[in-house]
Amino acid sequence: MGIMKVLVGFIILWPLAGFLFNGLGRNYWSKKVIAYKATGYIVASFIASVFAFLYVQKHGAISVHYFDFINTDTIKIPFDFKVDALSALFLLVITGVGALIHLYSTSYMKEETAPHYARYFSYLNLFIFSMLILVLGDNFVVMFIGWEGVGLCSYLLIGYWFTNGNYNYAAKKAFIMNRIGDLGFLLAIFWLIVKLGSVNYNEVLTATSLAKLSTTDITGITLLLFVGAMGKSAQIPLFTWLPDAMAGPTPVSALIHAATMVTAGIYMITRSNILFSHSEITQNVIAIIGISTALLAATIAIKQNDIKKVLAYSTVSQLGYMFLGLGVGAYSGAVFHVITHAFFKALLFLGAGSVIHAMHHEQDIRKMGGLKSKLPITHLTFLIGCIAIAGVPPFSGFFSKDEILAAAFAKSPIYWVLGVIGAAMTAFYMFRLYTTTFLGNFRGTIDQESHLHESPVAMTLPLILLAVASALAGAIGFPEIMGGHHWLSHQLIPIVGEPHELGLAHSIEWVLMSVSVSIACIALVLAIFIYKKKTDEEPTTLVGKFFYHKWHIDELYNQAIVQPLNRFAGFLKYVIEKKVIDGAVNGTGKMVQYSARKVRLIQNGQVGYYILFMVVGIILLFMIWFNDTKILFFFNKLTKN
Amino acid sequence: MPIQYYIYFCLALFSLGVVGVLTRRNAIIVFMCIELMLNAVNLILVAFSKMHSGIAAQNGATNTAGIDAQIFVFFIMVVAAAEVSIGLAIIVMMYRNTRSIDINFLNRLKN
Repeated sequence: MGIMKVLVGFIILWPLAGFLFNGLGRNYWSKKVIAYKATGYIVASFIASVFAFLYVQKHGAISVHYFDFINTDTIKIPFDFKVDALSALFLLVITGVGALIHLYSTSYMKEETAPHYARYFSYLNLFIFSMLILVLGDNFVVMFIGWEGVGLCSYLLIGYWFTNGNYNYAAKKAFIMNRIGDLGFLLAIFWLIVKLGSVNYNEVLTATSLAKLSTTDITGITLLLFVGAMGKSAQIPLFTWLPDAMAGPTPVSALIHAATMVTAGIYMITRSNILFSHSEITQNVIAIIGISTALLAATIAIKQNDIKKVLAYSTVSQLGYMFLGLGVGAYSGAVFHVITHAFFKALLFLGAGSVIHAMHHEQDIRKMGGLKSKLPITHLTFLIGCIAIAGVPPFSGFFSKDEILAAAFAKSPIYWVLGVIGAAMTAFYMFRLYTTTFLGNFRGTIDQESHLHESPVAMTLPLILLAVASALAGAIGFPEIMGGHHWLSHQLIPIVGEPHELGLAHSIEWVLMSVSVSIACIALVLAIFIYKKKTDEEPTTLVGKFFYHKWHIDELYNQAIVQPLNRFAGFLKYVIEKKVIDGAVNGTGKMVQYSARKVRLIQNGQVGYYILFMVVGIILLFMIWFNDTKILFFFNKLTKN
Repeated sequence: MPIQYYIYFCLALFSLGVVGVLTRRNAIIVFMCIELMLNAVNLILVAFSKMHSGIAAQNGATNTAGIDAQIFVFFIMVVAAAEVSIGLAIIVMMYRNTRSIDINFLNRLKN
């Protein structure tokens, strides 16, 4: 117990120490010191996380109490951390992938000057700190603190190159869209407090507290929680910030907008799965929104030409799959996909970063091509990432995606069909990206070609490690029909319960698996075949244009929400503010000035006038006094004598 | 004689003084009007003193009632005498400096 308190403190405080060190000392330290410290702190946190994980393996879940965050008569919110199988897994992923990305960043960001380099790493450390609070919190309020912290860090890092106005715009967009979701989360917390008087997991997420909640309560709370997840995890209708978030440095996209922060929504729903399992409506909403997002983002990804945009839409699409998994009750499948996705998507983003680095900040894949021989390590690792996300066995993406699809089939075959279509599109756009970037002939300028180089070891080492993880991570959820054990779902039994029997015969599962794999493989080969020789030019067909322009969703939001809001703000500014409020304030001043101009004429410097006014005043006073009955009485008495 | 006559007379005298102060520009006449007001007050004090001592005598009390008002009058006359000496001195100085005793001329502190 005591040792655990120290250990969890270590996990949390190392990144915070890094944030303070780099943030406060940004003008003093050399880049070398900054890089070593920032990465070293995350590695230290990772080592502590490994010990925490092993402890949980041996002794089971544990909750450590630090202090009371809020303590009143009616509600008590302790600042507690919970380490159980779920949060321990997330700890490993966050600190593990986080450490690799820090290592990668030390080289990727080396063109920055020392103060900005320190700023970058302090934000990144603060992000890890917030994310750890998010997953470690033992109640919804502590989770919400981390939830807001990661949103802030996301904003800061998207707008890292703050001199570019567009990047600031993207940062603001991400922050505001997240705020919309956060409001839902906050309302859900309030609802819980009102109904149950508690936000602690061990009091809220139990059968007794469920009995106190009506069906409406559960549906309302879960829907509001899902709105929070929607914002953070970029689901319809709040997904448009994620592609724009690619304005940030590439390692940031890898860490925050692919591997960790955007999966916070999945973590939150998995954590409160008891509530979600009791609301049929919410589950259906989640599944439908998940699969719609997966398909919509996949169609957009097919037509994008910016290497990071393709990956961003791919992330949105994969998050959609995870939500499909949550919606059909495959919680461990969703967590499994979070983990494998963290590996292969971080790998893909870092690979893209390596390509961008080699191409001197060129992101348009139409100007690349033929990089296979120039960047051998990047090429090989990127290929592994593509195969993993496309769902080709035995790479990790296959196992996690298949688990979700099998559960979807058990719920409704329509989900499965749509899911397989999405998977085929995933394979197609990933190999379109791969082929256009790495195969064929080089299409950039001669100058760029002469500078092509493989990235330094600080960048290739994370790529190699993540490639290994992407290839092998499937082992943690090796399905039982293949003679495996499915270690992950056994780990998660305390949180999500026994993996429920899908009711599918093994033969059907085999058929489903082979169908999805073969369709994905066909799409994959097709993409290589199509894009081996040519690249996508501006789309000409109607549908192609529609996908290329991202379904015009940004324009729709602009017309439907942003413009009316701007007009309303304009009304407030020009009518309410300028006319009414300024009118009242300035009117008061003008009135005083006007009356002062008039009244000061009385004071004309002639003594006679002053005496006159004095006499007039005295006469007025007397008139008032004479109205007083006492004086009248006195005079009456005089007249009687 | 009823007290009202004294009151009305003093009121008239006082009002004359006030009007004089307000309307005249000659410093000496203004000064005289101030004296007029003081004396109107003196007169009414004496009148009331007499009235009160008369009432007290009817009721059989000692005959010192109302005597304090007459003492006041002496005070006022003394103060007025002192005031006259200073005021006239000021007017003399004013005349020496400005060759005028017009009080409307004394607005040099304006602006």
